Amino acid sequence: MSETGLTGRIVSVNGPIVKAVGLTGAGMMDMAEVGPYRLIGELIRFQNEIAVIQVYEDNTGLKPGDTVTTSGRPLSVLLGPGLISNIYDGIQRPLISLEQITGSFITKGVKASPLDIERKWCVDITATEGDEIKSGMVIGGIMESEAVLHRVMIPPGVSGRLDYIAPSGSYTIEDEIYRIKTETGIFSGKLANYWPVRKPRPFLEKKKSTVPLITGQRIIDTFFPIARGGTAAIPGGFGTGKTMTQHALAKWCDAEIIVYIGCGERGNEMTDVLNEFPKLVDPRSGHPLMERTVMIANTSNMPVAAREVSIYTGVTIAEYYRDMGYNVAIMADSTSRWAEALRELSSRLGDMPAEEGFPSYLATRLAEFYERGGYVETLCGTEGSISIIGAVSPPGGDFSEPVTQHTTRFVRCFWALDKILADARHYPSISWIDSYSEYLDDIKGWWIAVDSAWHEIRSAALNILLEENRLQQIVKLVGPDALPVEQRFLLQCAELIKNGFLQQNAFDPKDMYSTPLKQMKLLKLMTKFFHEGNKLISSGVDLKDILEMPGIPELARLKSEIGNDENEMIDQFEEKLVSGMYELLRKAKDGASGV
Amino acid sequence: MVLPVSEREYMNVAGITGPLIIVEGVKGVGYGELVEIRTPSGEIRIGQTLEVDEDKAVVQVFEGTTGLSQRNMRTVFLGKTLEIPVHRDMLGRIFDGLGRPIDGAPQVVSEVMRDINGLPINPYSREYPRDFIQTGISAIDGMNTLIRGQKLPVFSGSGMPHNRIAAQIARQAKILTSEEEFTVVFAAMGVKFDVAWFFINSLEESGVLDNSAIFLSLANSPSIERIITPRAALTLAEYLAYDLEMHVLVILTDMTNYCESLRELSSSRGEIPSRKGYPGYLYSDLASIYERSGRIRGRRGSITQIPILTMPSDDISHPVPDLTGYITEGQIVLERELFNRGIYPPIAGLPSLSRLMKDGIGEGRTRKDHAGLAAQLFACYAKVKRIRSLAAIVGEEELSKIDKLYLHFGRAFEDEYLSQGYDENRDIETTLSIGWKMLSFLPEEELYRISRDDIQRYYIPDKSGEK
Repeated sequence: MSETGLTGRIVSVNGPIVKAVGLTGAGMMDMAEVGPYRLIGELIRFQNEIAVIQVYEDNTGLKPGDTVTTSGRPLSVLLGPGLISNIYDGIQRPLISLEQITGSFITKGVKASPLDIERKWCVDITATEGDEIKSGMVIGGIMESEAVLHRVMIPPGVSGRLDYIAPSGSYTIEDEIYRIKTETGIFSGKLANYWPVRKPRPFLEKKKSTVPLITGQRIIDTFFPIARGGTAAIPGGFGTGKTMTQHALAKWCDAEIIVYIGCGERGNEMTDVLNEFPKLVDPRSGHPLMERTVMIANTSNMPVAAREVSIYTGVTIAEYYRDMGYNVAIMADSTSRWAEALRELSSRLGDMPAEEGFPSYLATRLAEFYERGGYVETLCGTEGSISIIGAVSPPGGDFSEPVTQHTTRFVRCFWALDKILADARHYPSISWIDSYSEYLDDIKGWWIAVDSAWHEIRSAALNILLEENRLQQIVKLVGPDALPVEQRFLLQCAELIKNGFLQQNAFDPKDMYSTPLKQMKLLKLMTKFFHEGNKLISSGVDLKDILEMPGIPELARLKSEIGNDENEMIDQFEEKLVSGMYELLRKAKDGASGV
Repeated sequence: MVLPVSEREYMNVAGITGPLIIVEGVKGVGYGELVEIRTPSGEIRIGQTLEVDEDKAVVQVFEGTTGLSQRNMRTVFLGKTLEIPVHRDMLGRIFDGLGRPIDGAPQVVSEVMRDINGLPINPYSREYPRDFIQTGISAIDGMNTLIRGQKLPVFSGSGMPHNRIAAQIARQAKILTSEEEFTVVFAAMGVKFDVAWFFINSLEESGVLDNSAIFLSLANSPSIERIITPRAALTLAEYLAYDLEMHVLVILTDMTNYCESLRELSSSRGEIPSRKGYPGYLYSDLASIYERSGRIRGRRGSITQIPILTMPSDDISHPVPDLTGYITEGQIVLERELFNRGIYPPIAGLPSLSRLMKDGIGEGRTRKDHAGLAAQLFACYAKVKRIRSLAAIVGEEELSKIDKLYLHFGRAFEDEYLSQGYDENRDIETTLSIGWKMLSFLPEEELYRISRDDIQRYYIPDKSGEK
């Protein structure tokens, strides 16, 4: 049982790991303030009378003899209105406020409330006094940003009769909004509440999701889709475009809330997001993308211990919005840096290492993290989801290393990035050979509603690509000209699918995002060209004549020349192409009969 | 000199191991505190605490422990962290790896002392780098553009001309839209004297030596000193850039030596090693160096970093280049095969990358067709590599007509586009037009990465390759 306000004394300092005495009786994982700067730390271990504290800030200058004070509650995040459009470090310190306090550099010990305590929110109250209240129930709403309606919920674990509720009006997060008479006493409710980062927020039950998370990225949506509430990993060596892919997903996926966690990555990448998101408009809501985004930035030069906790901070915020009934997507870039932080801390604790110096509990921690995703029925009876997309940065691009290997056990989508594709600047460089999705059967129904032939078209295209991969082995030995004409045509079609469908330009206004319908129409056109072309070839039409038909060079460019709302142009193109092919067939037949 | 109040002296050295000494009986010593080690002969070395217990401190000695004895050694804990003075007058000067002058001129006096570890830049305060730096090298400007505020390392191998390339960049780098000169901060870690001499000489020849600060921790200096060298150099660079609003180009060579020193230190502390014996925190440690670059909103200066590292046996998956590539914004990779063919600069076409290129080029910055042209050159050159491996098996004669055109393109690309002189300073227009000349050897249908407008404007087919 933890008590409040224990004070202890430091006996040793080793990097971010501090040992102290006099804290017996404090709770495991309680938050502590360490030394004269009151650095934030967490009690992570007790050994006899010695408490081990992990410090989340730079602790240079900390001395044995300095004091440590525990807070009596676990490391928590403050959940309430004002999270959206904000940017936090790993322990939810608001970086915008920190800049106002300490300038462009983060000094140690600086503190600021995660949410603006002075801002007044316009609250629309929907509950009435005397109501029977259960935890998770929605009692009002706030327009948190132009795109997000923030539902004011009763915190988990609180239920009873609503004794008092404030009228609709403007309130700060510190004002009392309601009082509930519970079995144990009176609970006074505010707009914001703390929740421990390492404890998943409760829900009623997990459900199977049948709707895909549409990302606008053709290779993902069509070939390796992720369901809402699903989990995916993007492993790739440096320079293969992990961050570019994560950015594209954060921009265009159809989740209502995005939590973007920059975990141990570059500072400039976060700046890029901060610059771009306010300018880009979400095609669905019509509001700037920033209006649905929460950012956690613990870049590689910020303290390592805070990097370890940053993904929990992010996922707790995501759960909070899920509980309101939203579909949330988390981009965690990169989980490898998080695992390295774990390794560094465990090595300073003197833990026995498992593979490559990583602690033996790496797999458990990864599993716990990904398990916080899912499609659920919330406490208040609505449905919400968290989709987790984690980037993995395997050393040397070698997927057999522990983080990639353990991650593949807990995710159901695997988008492997390919160095060769990235070298040829084929982005997104997701390999169609090594990637997979286990959600295909779950979301089949949704896609079939878009196009009844979805499954056939997808399989046909994938088969062309797989067959090409096999043929390339032969081509490497004998050259393409030694192949029979059907196979040479297949190689051309595979090239067409690669350049005209899989490759997607993140900076081209028409190509950066494709609706499911446009994706289907494009791919249908290409597979049709393949089938019809094969018929022509078997009727004796020259391959050269097929490839020199008018319109063929345009095929690979349709993706960037036809907008998402101009799908009828693809139909027209298809008509022209098909009639051109019939023309060829007719000529070939005439020629044959003329001889 | 007034001694700090919190200065305490201890003589009880319980152990010496590698670059570390263990001092017992200490009281109130801080983590990361600066320590002076005084030998009976009057020599003073400096160190820093790595671990502190109630009565014991582990100190790393930057000048190494050679010659130190458990007896008669006095350790003085200074109650502060390692700081160096920073001043504008440090330009034109040469310092050792710990930031002390070695050019015979007096110690720099400055009121401003800065902690060599710096402070992390608030990600929210960063300004996204977008200004194109013209280096005059086509392979960089055209394909892997350097941006002001970027960290772009050179991955090299032993014997390859990475130093010449870095010197050429330092000499030619310029911003098209402004007349401001770059200030150069050069830090050498564990390199031979002739490398340092080459840089100093080349800076002198191009007349920028007076506008440069040089930190030398040569191969014969104690290896532990190298832990400090890049940090001291960057501390000065940060002062010049963010306090005095200069544009600073920082060249760090050779980061592999730096990492080896770190490994040495880690193993003498008995830490659990990760890959190839390097410590598990190598990534975070390197990030604490590389991330000290960039631009800050509301301030005019910038730090552009060009770290140089040699890949042991040209292996790009070695931990040092691998972790560097994960932190830096791209990499310039030198290729042994091009080097052996006598091509200078031997910048590998495919594995090189500049992540900030996308936002620093295009209309109003370089030219509208730049992005498409670069993407197309990359794609075509990737195809050349595939065709070459095919030609190695079936012979060039057996290739199709289009494949032969690609081979022709590939040769021209290497000989005319990549290759240029050490003194040749190509402006961006020249680089782009050579790029279009290369594409002219290929038929129009192959140019699927370029917009139709640009093709119409710049593409002139050249059939000479078909012969």
